[in-house]
Amino acid sequence: MYVAVKGGEAAISNAHRLMADRRRGDRNVPALSVEQIVNQLSLGVDRVMAEGSLYDPELAAMAVRQARGDLIEAIFLLRAYRTTLPRFSNACPINTSRMRIERRVSATFKDIPGGQLLGPTFDYTHRLIDPSMAGDEAVTPPVKRERPTEESCPRVTDLLDGQGLIEADVPSNDKPGDLTREAIAYPVGREVRLQALTRGDEGFLLALGYSTQRGYGRTHPFVGEIRIGMVDVEVDVPELGFAVCIGAIRVTECQMVSQFKGSADKPPRFTRGYGLVFGQSERKAMAMSLVDRAMRADEFNEQRLAPAQDEEFVLEHCDNVQATGFVEHLKLPHYVDFQAELELLRTLRREAEMASADTPMNEPAE
Amino acid sequence: MRNPSLPAYNFAYLDEQTKRMIRRAILKAIAIPGYQVPFASREMPMPYGWGTGGVQVTASILGPDDVLKVIDQGADDTTNAVSIRAFFAKVANVATTTRTADATIIQTRHRIPETPLAHGQIIVYQVPIPEPLRFLEPRETETRVMHALEEYGLVHVKLYEDIAQHGHIATTYAYPVKVEGRYVMDPSPIPKFDNPKMHRSPALQLFGAGREKRIYALPPFTDVVSLDFEDHPFTVQRFEARCALCNAQEVYLDEVITDDRGGRMFVCSDTDYCETRRSKGSQVGGLPQHGAAKADWEAAE
Amino acid sequence: MNSEPILSVRKLEKRYGNFIGCTDVSFDVWPGEVVAIVGESGSGKTTLLNCISTRMERSSGEIRYRMRDQRFPDLAELGEAELRFLMRTDWGFVHQNPADGLRMRVSAGANVGERLMAIGDRNYGDIRSRASDWLERVEIAASRIDDMPVSFSGGMRQRLQIARNLVTHPRLIFMDEPTGGLDVSVQARVLDLLRMLVSDLGLSVIIVTHDLGVARLLSQRMIVMKSGRIVEQGLTDRVMDDPSHPYTQLLVASILEN
Repeated sequence: MYVAVKGGEAAISNAHRLMADRRRGDRNVPALSVEQIVNQLSLGVDRVMAEGSLYDPELAAMAVRQARGDLIEAIFLLRAYRTTLPRFSNACPINTSRMRIERRVSATFKDIPGGQLLGPTFDYTHRLIDPSMAGDEAVTPPVKRERPTEESCPRVTDLLDGQGLIEADVPSNDKPGDLTREAIAYPVGREVRLQALTRGDEGFLLALGYSTQRGYGRTHPFVGEIRIGMVDVEVDVPELGFAVCIGAIRVTECQMVSQFKGSADKPPRFTRGYGLVFGQSERKAMAMSLVDRAMRADEFNEQRLAPAQDEEFVLEHCDNVQATGFVEHLKLPHYVDFQAELELLRTLRREAEMASADTPMNEPAE
Repeated sequence: MRNPSLPAYNFAYLDEQTKRMIRRAILKAIAIPGYQVPFASREMPMPYGWGTGGVQVTASILGPDDVLKVIDQGADDTTNAVSIRAFFAKVANVATTTRTADATIIQTRHRIPETPLAHGQIIVYQVPIPEPLRFLEPRETETRVMHALEEYGLVHVKLYEDIAQHGHIATTYAYPVKVEGRYVMDPSPIPKFDNPKMHRSPALQLFGAGREKRIYALPPFTDVVSLDFEDHPFTVQRFEARCALCNAQEVYLDEVITDDRGGRMFVCSDTDYCETRRSKGSQVGGLPQHGAAKADWEAAE
Repeated sequence: MNSEPILSVRKLEKRYGNFIGCTDVSFDVWPGEVVAIVGESGSGKTTLLNCISTRMERSSGEIRYRMRDQRFPDLAELGEAELRFLMRTDWGFVHQNPADGLRMRVSAGANVGERLMAIGDRNYGDIRSRASDWLERVEIAASRIDDMPVSFSGGMRQRLQIARNLVTHPRLIFMDEPTGGLDVSVQARVLDLLRMLVSDLGLSVIIVTHDLGVARLLSQRMIVMKSGRIVEQGLTDRVMDDPSHPYTQLLVASILEN
């Protein structure tokens, strides 16, 4: 006798218990501390903060641990927490020209005021697995030098702007859209596109950025400048009448100098693609700046043919929390719909069988 | 290391500001039956595609005195239904029930209960893809114009192709409907068997799509007509079999495979309906029929 | 012939920045008349066609159309809904490449029936029998009704596109090089068919072509364009036999040599 499947509640609770056990792993091995994750898996933590849209290394590290290292799951945890947070105020725009620079490179000029600074990068490492990673060998402390002052490190795009060689960065007093508080209605402003990109999936944006380089929406990009470092976050306090610094965050900024454009009334100048990401993530910031520029096709009368130029396509598919939810929902029961399809299929097959039975065997071919 | 203070969640999880925003969208949706109202969908603590739209709608309309029923595939005890019911029991401490007649709010995925809904009840549908034209035209900018101008010819092209190729309209679930003679609407992936239940239902019907950020609604007693051709009228699935547990007929049945020799049986998809009938004494003591119970599909065509 | 034009174009101009697509274009189309717009590529004839058919926004000028209720509004006064309704009922547009005007993965029957369904026809049998009539009128076997256009030859696709446009009995058809993409051997059959349908149905047609032979065969009147401007217009026979503008003389001479 068939009994309808029961006990969903018990099954769920047992599954979660098993999952917790697997997460902890062998009890003879010490548990990971949040400090260890923040310090030693910091780029993973950075990605979780960037795509989780919440700057909080400890919470992000907890999420990484809870998600057993599954970063998209950790991003999801952070997002679901973020959405419940009350909003006290909007911060003033961060000023990356006053960044305390840890790394700064430009591909457009050999030497730039303030100089290039390699900083903590994988670039020029040989990708050989280091046997010392099996243990805990002592690491020599880094060489330190005096931090360059902001005056000595102008942004490369500002230098070009000063000569009128690149489109101007026009400040706007318009209230920016907020894609976490309003439904998107296409076409959207660039500020909303940048919001979507900065929290978009790194892998998706990387692939799209790459596709522009391979000819699907080519933009002739040069890295004007990448800079990584700490910037102050300031909030206007109406009672005080001035902005107060409430802390500092690490960001990666990429200014891509792209294909020049001109028109009848404007002489040709370079155009911009922009990327800004929480934490240290050059790959993401660079991909973001490529896709940002590609999506500006209409502004420059470029034909929109490639996926990276299609804002509806990019924005609707760049969010990995949305994507993973919808892809994975296919494992939920669909048996009502499947039953409907199954029975229609049987009917159609029955009809096909009857039709072929009605057909005389030796009907001459046409 | 600081210890992040554990957040205290508001009643029914969402903050009141968010609920107000969602209620405004719901009111607009009720005012324009079948029209998809964009809303600022929040990230929820369950994945997109698993009912976040329905959960947000339910959270926004839920009051402390409500009695909530949650079903998935018609059943109260499928894992996702259990999970969503547990969520609301935890964050809103509301009474829950499996009895359709006792519920004030029913959140559902893929079914409408067999017990007719009554005046005063609200049914909340979880919707994966709210746009009925999406698979004919992938662009939101274009489908919005098509709705605005009532350009629905393409939907019939799809139905025409079905008949030309299969002799039947081959859409068996998420079957498009026209609401009050104006908007074409996706009823969510309910089997078309359930479509007639939407027509002039005394209950308020709300549809929430979280990932796609849309809410739409059918106020009580709204005309809901399934699209068709005059000479190929809309028909629902009819089962020849009866439920092997409660002997019900004219209900939607699930096929259950009982062994590896083709044995199968049919049971009510609506578990509450089945249990209620059995508790009232309708029972069949039967063994699974080996391939005997055959659903007679599209019997009217 | 009716005493009032069905379409009237005055001082039409289309600019792309400083570049002129077409300018100072004025002409009328009368009911039942076929007007050919000829010129070399880059002469502005396709720009003109796209502006008149509202597929492209004009920069300035007037385009008036005689509605079925005899109103004669400028097309810019019509709302998007009314314009789109015109396009799928009263007008037709035959593209050079049939793939631009057909749904290639939808059966021939549905391609022809789409306009009927768009205006509310809800009887499957009726739609199907009208689709099959139209297939036969354009010399496609009715047995191909459930086949996809991808399985059709170029000439068949073009004939299917014509049927798809004519099923709602439109009054004005725009054609952009309708035989341009076809082999010479196939062109003649499509042209013959077009000529017959146009006269049977009393259609008004604006046809863009670089081929004076096509213009001579189909049109009563001809407009010759060069560098975005009309250099000559008149009865086709007159223009062909006695071209007055040096550019037209050159065009006519070049086909005679061929």
